[in-house]
Amino acid sequence: MINPNAKLANFLDKEKMEMAATRDGYGLGLIEAGEKDKRVVVLCADLTESTKSLGFKEKFPERFVQMGVAEQNMATVASGMANYGKIPFISSYAAFSPGRNNEQIRTTVCINNVPVKIGGAHAGISVGPDGATHQALEDVALMRVLPRMVVLVPCDAIEAHKATVGAAFNNSPTYIRFGREKSPVITTVKTPFRIGRAEIFREGKDASIIGCGMLMYNALMAAEELSKEGIDCEVINSHTVKPLDVDTIVASAKKTGAVVSVEEHQVHGGLGSAIAEALAKNHPVPQEFIGVQDRFGESGNPDELIEAFGMGINSIKEAVKKVIKRK
Amino acid sequence: MSNYITEEKIKELELAANKVRQTIIEMLVAAGSGHTAGPLGMADVFTAFYFHILNHDPKKPDWEERDRLILSNGHIVPVRYATMAHAGYFPVEECLTLRKFHTRLQGHPERERLPGVESVSGPLGSGLGQAAGMAYAARMDGKKFRTYCLMSDGEHDTGNIWESVMFAGKYKLANLTGVIDRNNIQIDGVTEDIMPLENLRGKYEAFNWHVLEVDGHNMEAIVNAVEEAKAIYEKPTVIIAHTIPGKGIPEIEFDFRWHGIPPGKGPTDKIPATEQAKHFLHDLRTMQGKIKSEHQ
Repeated sequence: MINPNAKLANFLDKEKMEMAATRDGYGLGLIEAGEKDKRVVVLCADLTESTKSLGFKEKFPERFVQMGVAEQNMATVASGMANYGKIPFISSYAAFSPGRNNEQIRTTVCINNVPVKIGGAHAGISVGPDGATHQALEDVALMRVLPRMVVLVPCDAIEAHKATVGAAFNNSPTYIRFGREKSPVITTVKTPFRIGRAEIFREGKDASIIGCGMLMYNALMAAEELSKEGIDCEVINSHTVKPLDVDTIVASAKKTGAVVSVEEHQVHGGLGSAIAEALAKNHPVPQEFIGVQDRFGESGNPDELIEAFGMGINSIKEAVKKVIKRK
Repeated sequence: MSNYITEEKIKELELAANKVRQTIIEMLVAAGSGHTAGPLGMADVFTAFYFHILNHDPKKPDWEERDRLILSNGHIVPVRYATMAHAGYFPVEECLTLRKFHTRLQGHPERERLPGVESVSGPLGSGLGQAAGMAYAARMDGKKFRTYCLMSDGEHDTGNIWESVMFAGKYKLANLTGVIDRNNIQIDGVTEDIMPLENLRGKYEAFNWHVLEVDGHNMEAIVNAVEEAKAIYEKPTVIIAHTIPGKGIPEIEFDFRWHGIPPGKGPTDKIPATEQAKHFLHDLRTMQGKIKSEHQ
């Protein structure tokens, strides 16, 4: 059953369900962080409107820096600002930042150990018509292997808002991933959020669906439909991919004995891999991986791409049934 | 005559630079690896900065109002370590720990390990952006300190540098001064063969920078150029410091083969490997024979 402590929205009611993009939550989070602390600055690489950095720019023009299409320089300038004492957020599409500027992030942000916040918008295959070049599917893996980097993948606009404000004050290099499309708002302002702690959205005993990002809606819907077939799933929102909440994930695996990871990312190196590493070390159980299976995306509508690439509700249901058989 | 430095001070700086060069040779020999030509070539510039130009306090490396000196081409860091040690940041003997396990003097510098090095560098092309970020942030807060970025010429092959040049030009970061070690060599050979950089002056000018060119071994010229940069209010300044790689040791000067090799492992056509360290230190202590006795 749905965990009442998660204070979720009524996502089962399609009529009343609110839709919003996680990047909108980023925009609101930037403004709140900027209001709370004058050290917060926002740098953007010629994508001010679509990364939703525009609101911050309008409210705090003196703390907004237009970088042009220069993601490598954006990372190094932000490093210098953070080294001096600012809290810089750098905004672009995930394919370019942390895609193109990966080495600058490794060297000047992570080895330097300065609190630069990387906002990667338009991540995932749901970018849709833009095609493979713009569908960042490797960003979480790139960021997760960097020592000191915190990796956040919020599940909806409200959580993205909280993650952005949280990132502003965690004093650490941090990557936050956002999608382009509007998606169901499944949490509320009352839903608990703490960086590093996974939230149990639904309690169950037969299998654990552990996911992050916009696909949490599909995970919850899959669990709902499976419950009608007598399969009782636990659903965990692991918005912090790093540091992973190993305790919550291992406890759930011990309870259910089977795990399905769900992410809009390559199955190699992302949340699924992080979970598998934690389970292999602590409590090995069968695991199925929902995600992109080692291939690039292509143009299409977001919904049809999610289905075609095996991340739809039915794919998650099949994965749950398969993993239960492997117990 | 300069208004900014006395004859006496120039002599003092030249002697200090000679000591820095000796320490560079000693530390590279102790490490058994590292770069020789670049650090020797920049010894005069570093000495001018640490012993005369910078507003800093070696006993308070985190002092908020200090001038920032960012080294972009981290591989020449032995010259920075040696100069910092002689300026009083840490004991000169610690230089012999260069590149050894658990040393504060990493092969390429790390901010958190050694107070005063300001930033991590090594992968080329990312120092100017960091310096520009500091200068921009400092200006936002009305801070008066200046930010300097020391770069190599070879790293101007990278795109990141030119993105940063464009950025600093756009935002008129007059509190930022770049210094380019124009020694004309890089690992694979001569810069103009590997990837031509000229017209370097014209390129910077086209990006809205004020450009100065100096003899990078003339203390007075270096100091004067930095003072002129301070007087330019409407744009950042870059000082192209023409230097001789390996300066101070005739057998190394101008020889690109000495880019990434320490004494004892260098080319043997002039000096046998086993004699290199001793010979080079003798060169420096006698100022290439100008002084007859090492103890004079």
